[in-house]
Amino acid sequence: MSTAALYNDQGAAEAAVEAGQETTPTSSSSGAAFGLFSTDFKKNEDLKEMLESNKESLKLEAMKRIVQLISKGKNASELFPAIVKNVASKNIELKKLVYVYLVRYAEEQQDLALLSISTFQRALKDPNQFIRASALRVLSSIRVPIIVPIMMLAIKEAAADLSPYVRKTSAHAIQKLHSLDPDQKEQLIEVIEKLLKDKSTLVAGSVVMAFEEVCPDRIDLIHKNYRKLCNLLVDVEEWGQVVIINMLTRYARTQFLNPNINESLLEEGSGGEKMFYGSDEDEDEDEKEKKAEAAAIAKRKPYVMDPDHRLLLRNTKPLLQSRNAAVVMAVAQLYFHLAPKAEVGVIAKALVRLLRSHSEVQFVVLQNVATMTIKRRGMFEPYLKSFYIRSTDPTQIKVLKLEVLTNLANETNISTILREFQTYIKSMDKDFVAATIQAIGRCATNIGEVRDTCLNGLVQLLSNRDELVVAESVVVIKKLLQMQPEKHSDIIKHMAKLTDNIQVPMARASILWLIGEYCEHVPRIAPDVLRKMAKSFTNEEDIVKLQIINLAAKLYLTNSKQTKLLTQYVLNLAKYDQNYDIRDRARFVRQLIVPTEKSGALSKYAKKLFLALKPAPVLESPFKDRDHFQLGSLSHLLNAKAGGYQELPEWPEAAPDPSVRNVEVKESVPEWTKCSSREKRKEKKVEKPFYSDSEGESGPTESADSESDSASTTDSASASVSEESESGLESESEEESETEEEEEDKKEKKNQKKEPKKPVQESESEQSSEEEDRKPEKRSKKLKSDSESDSVEDEGSESESSPSESEDFESEAVVTKKKKAAESKPPSKSVRKEEKKEKKEMSLLDLDDFEPTPSPQVTPVNTLLSNSLATDLEGLSLSDSILSPATIIPSGALKNYELLHRITGEGLSVEYCFSRQPFSPDANMVAVQLQFTNNSTSDTKNLHMEDVRLQSGMRVKEFPEIELLPAGEMTSAVMGIDFCDSTQAANFQLCSHTKKFFVSIQPPVGELMRPVFLTENEFKKEQGQLMGMNEITEKLTLDVKCRNEHAIVQRVTTAANLSRVPCGSDKECSPPVPPPDYPVHRFAGRTVTSSSLVLVTVATREEGAAQLMVNCEKMVIGTMLVKDILLALTQ
Amino acid sequence: MIHSLFLINASGDIFLEKHWKSVVSRSVCDYFFEAQERATEPENVPPVIPTPHHYLISVLRHRIYFVAVIQSEVPPLFVIEFLHRVVDTFQDYFGVCTEAAIKDNVVVVYELLEEMLDNGFPLATESNILKELIKPPTILRTMVNTITGSTNVGEQLPTGQLSVVPWRRTGVKYTNNEAYFDVVEEIDAIIDKSGSTITAEIQGVIDACVKLTGMPDLTLSFMNPRLLDDVSFHPCVRFKRWEAERILSFIPPDGNFRLLSYHVSSQNLVAIPVYVKHNITFREGSSQGRFDLTLGPKQTMGKAVEAVLVSSQLPRGVLNANLNPSQGTYTFDPVTKLLTWDVGKINPQKLPNLKGTMNLQAGASKPDENPTINIQFKIQQMAISGLKVNRLDMYGEKYKPFKGIKYMTKAGKFQVRT
Repeated sequence: MSTAALYNDQGAAEAAVEAGQETTPTSSSSGAAFGLFSTDFKKNEDLKEMLESNKESLKLEAMKRIVQLISKGKNASELFPAIVKNVASKNIELKKLVYVYLVRYAEEQQDLALLSISTFQRALKDPNQFIRASALRVLSSIRVPIIVPIMMLAIKEAAADLSPYVRKTSAHAIQKLHSLDPDQKEQLIEVIEKLLKDKSTLVAGSVVMAFEEVCPDRIDLIHKNYRKLCNLLVDVEEWGQVVIINMLTRYARTQFLNPNINESLLEEGSGGEKMFYGSDEDEDEDEKEKKAEAAAIAKRKPYVMDPDHRLLLRNTKPLLQSRNAAVVMAVAQLYFHLAPKAEVGVIAKALVRLLRSHSEVQFVVLQNVATMTIKRRGMFEPYLKSFYIRSTDPTQIKVLKLEVLTNLANETNISTILREFQTYIKSMDKDFVAATIQAIGRCATNIGEVRDTCLNGLVQLLSNRDELVVAESVVVIKKLLQMQPEKHSDIIKHMAKLTDNIQVPMARASILWLIGEYCEHVPRIAPDVLRKMAKSFTNEEDIVKLQIINLAAKLYLTNSKQTKLLTQYVLNLAKYDQNYDIRDRARFVRQLIVPTEKSGALSKYAKKLFLALKPAPVLESPFKDRDHFQLGSLSHLLNAKAGGYQELPEWPEAAPDPSVRNVEVKESVPEWTKCSSREKRKEKKVEKPFYSDSEGESGPTESADSESDSASTTDSASASVSEESESGLESESEEESETEEEEEDKKEKKNQKKEPKKPVQESESEQSSEEEDRKPEKRSKKLKSDSESDSVEDEGSESESSPSESEDFESEAVVTKKKKAAESKPPSKSVRKEEKKEKKEMSLLDLDDFEPTPSPQVTPVNTLLSNSLATDLEGLSLSDSILSPATIIPSGALKNYELLHRITGEGLSVEYCFSRQPFSPDANMVAVQLQFTNNSTSDTKNLHMEDVRLQSGMRVKEFPEIELLPAGEMTSAVMGIDFCDSTQAANFQLCSHTKKFFVSIQPPVGELMRPVFLTENEFKKEQGQLMGMNEITEKLTLDVKCRNEHAIVQRVTTAANLSRVPCGSDKECSPPVPPPDYPVHRFAGRTVTSSSLVLVTVATREEGAAQLMVNCEKMVIGTMLVKDILLALTQ
Repeated sequence: MIHSLFLINASGDIFLEKHWKSVVSRSVCDYFFEAQERATEPENVPPVIPTPHHYLISVLRHRIYFVAVIQSEVPPLFVIEFLHRVVDTFQDYFGVCTEAAIKDNVVVVYELLEEMLDNGFPLATESNILKELIKPPTILRTMVNTITGSTNVGEQLPTGQLSVVPWRRTGVKYTNNEAYFDVVEEIDAIIDKSGSTITAEIQGVIDACVKLTGMPDLTLSFMNPRLLDDVSFHPCVRFKRWEAERILSFIPPDGNFRLLSYHVSSQNLVAIPVYVKHNITFREGSSQGRFDLTLGPKQTMGKAVEAVLVSSQLPRGVLNANLNPSQGTYTFDPVTKLLTWDVGKINPQKLPNLKGTMNLQAGASKPDENPTINIQFKIQQMAISGLKVNRLDMYGEKYKPFKGIKYMTKAGKFQVRT
């Protein structure tokens, strides 16, 4: 705990320094912000102080103010360094606020955000599930691409967590990772697949959400989980219900047959309902044929609903009673899209209930009701009055209600509806009145009986005082008249008179069009209207002008005697109009109607062109055909496809194989809740019929009982399931589950014949029923168990090799390695696969036989011990004398770094290297060797360190003062730094008698560890314990120069202070293995401060391909190390 | 799902923003302001506004717009319902949900929002769980916090989320164990000019305040459950028991919650407890109009009609009103043209009456519409549908709780057309 906190501390402060140096120029926007909000900036200064104080309360106060800043959208990013170090605070509120901040700004400050990772990483292993969950939540919310592998591992780990809450969080994290890095899709789908099998209601909603986000088209993943999801549905939390129901709707559309194939037939018989729609009448013929065909098919093969289809409908129905409008809507759309027509009715009541809710809810519900009423009018007819409009409704609600009322109108209720409409027309809300007039128009077109009544009513409205009302009426009347103009010449006359008063352009244009179109019905008035219009032509709106030209043209064609001059006049006016559209039209019309010698063949047909019979417009609902969008969706609401919308598939012609949903093999996913298994036992004994769960047992357990339902539901379909339930009848479920599992294991084995280590699996399967929950991943367990068997004996030796002893292993290890390599090549994986069975048995035997195995390794330890002691002593003795570099650096491959350049140092230059020697005064420190060179002409005196500025937790052991460095001379000194396993720099001043230089030492990650000696078995065992989160794997192609063993080892050991694990150390006990073609190199070390193991494996493949695997408890170190080694091996 | 949330006050200031995924610039709200400008009334802003890259889904509550930013397909009701839940939670925590309250408690608001959504997907919306995570601010706690520096974030982690009854917190203890149920019915009605009922419906709710120790299991039965036509339950109610026996069986959440809401079918005749006699006329050519309104009780089964409030939106042409109430007070806002008359209690012996003249704009023509009259009232100790609770039993705990049931009838959307 403390170390990591310290580590973060360091990072933060260092970053603070950095940020302080470059506050202004970082980004132009923030620069501007400083200028504008200079007061804010000052405030932030004192916030920084507060954050750095020791008092929790001050820090908390500061965080609260920062949250206020964030909430106002102000930029608080410059405080990042100061805040991030509080991430490990013990104060929960402070911690949470830091999380809030971190999630908000991590994206902008990626490097600094990395400092917090280790805290979360540790929290991910916390025994408290809530801490694990919240760590994963925040970790996955930090949108920093570099931690993608860490997130991936964390998700995988959490997906197998014992706590359903953590698994739920991992499902959420899947989406976050997917949006951060879509390349991870394949791996994420695997996790989703696994989580879909989860039986916890807590997880179901979240994982389906993840499914929808990541791989909505992988419908095949649902098959096996379909019944379970249906059964769990009632107990899932409400938000999850919505998501699951929507997904299942799509699923059902692909898997089941249309339940309404026969229904549509019946409707045909009593089809009177639909007749009112003009459009329907048109389609009728075609449809009849189609339906007849369908009927024929249906007769041949009577429709039987798939029991799974029924299951879905039955299990969603109770949710219509949910208090959550979204859930009700989801069920409603499911019924609308999936249920047989006779059953859809149930949703109407629930939807009408939602109309009592907030106006936003009403808005959405009404939109959907409007679409439904077009398809299934009968459903809502009993609730007609619920759609009556109140004067207090917002306009948008009124308009939608009007739409529904119009859709519901038929000849039985039209009179009441029209009476309602009459009151609406008097409303003060003019937009609403206009909509009402449109609605009346639609009723008139749809219901022939009331057409005249409506028309008369509308004509009365023409004398309304409100111009908008009149205009709207004119437009609607125009449309109505088109249907039967001959009857209504008096109305046309009346409208002609209106041209004097009506100013609304649309209405004027409509009137002119009407007069032009039906000029033969009003032969005396029409020319007069044109005369008036010609007079006012220049003052009209464009749309009116166009209609005037139209009118003139039509009159010219029918009544050229009276109107020839007028037409000419109008066309002349139009010729010089400002609008090119109008000029165009004038030119076009003139060419057509006025015969000249040049005029083309078209003018002959002018009459046909202008006076063609125009079909009456179809007034139809804007909600027509909207039901091809899934109802309740955003796309449906907008009537446009929204991003990420999944099309609702059409019903399949023939149902796909229903057996895909049979869950033949009980998944080995552990039973999380004892309750459910108990329940199952009970249920299986009783073997109830479908609907039997009525005996009012307590709500929470219902999920389990419905589960059994599914079993009985499905037994007809699947033989295997019924078998299962039979066995359940005979035996206790405990046994049953065991046998199931065994069965499953056998099957698995069959499937995975090629999978190695079968014997282990068998033994494991016996424990599995009890222990399965405990193992994070099958794989890891396998690995562990097999390594365990080998390494029990070795454990002693391992514990013996205490850190200080093994410190100095590197050189020796290299030697041993070479020796061993000569003796045997490490067994490659492929070889081991072939041999695995045999070998496995052998190693099991080894347990007893090979006690002496460790001994040959112990001896080198001893010699090494003496060696290292010697060097220690040497170090001690040398610490106050001059150290020659040669004595320290065994391999000579150490890299020198510059600490002080000779120019900045005014003649004094300093270089440093990491000597990889134990720093004897303090084992937790990394030894740094400094080499001073005096290039100046004068002596430098009293060289020493001062003012060491470190991140908290770091310590420095200063080098002894160098009293005199004569000109041109060179000397070296050793200092120790405890970096706390971080790569933060140590800053200090290097002082001579005259000058001071600021310098800093920053370690590469590879220097933060010391080699330890492990045998291969020990290595594997340790590796087995550092799986999952702590394992980072990278594929690489080796540099051409480093494909041989020696080069690889050399490069890795140069990059990091690790020792080689002698390979094939167990060769003595196994028969001689043929030298593998592709060796695996293993390296081991421990971090200096916290002694966490660092395990590196380089597995080579053909053609220079290789896999690098780093297992380290400290993920940040692991990640960085992977980078470094990767670099070393590929360059 | 929900990408970001912006809170916008009546004057168009964004006073709070919260992002769950990457940061969305607040300039996205410009589309909202545009739509707001287009809509004349605040409640006419469309709840869903498409923009080139996002969708804005908003709700208006307490004169604050809660605008959620969505990036891809999501059921709109899902977001709307969630936003309302957020508002309810705020109200629960701060008593009121005003801009001032939110600004004062911005840290709690942030903590709440953080818990309620993870990556835009609702996580914990149950108020019992939230209250365990984050304690609601009280004056006392605020004082103590400022002095001692302690926090209002729960030290313990909520176990409720994992239990089989996620809505109830664990370890509840009371010295007085009480359970109160309020049966509240609202009448939605439209009465036409002549006084006949066009449509009338009863919507009821049962709100509960349960303060019981431990894990009580309650059952509530009605004398006449068949009255309930359509019901929606709190998740705690066992649906199957209701289906089979028409008995409400549930383990209640702690504190206040809505047990169920129901609808009394429109087939049943609804008794309308008040009648209105009105005479509102405008004469052509005259700049005066007459206003005469009388209220009276009807079918109230002897119960008093209280807290009567009449409001009416008068036509735009009306400049002023000179009225004389026989009881109560009236106000007329010449800007919004809203007339409100606070009547109080109706005395059957002396019916309340409001009478006088309205002044119209000189020269303006007679308004062609008549105002509708909205009425609010309350009747205590009566459920207008006749619904009666039969008995309330408790199982699972030993003590004897104090039980109480209260009935009330209110006007919902009660309109009289004139």
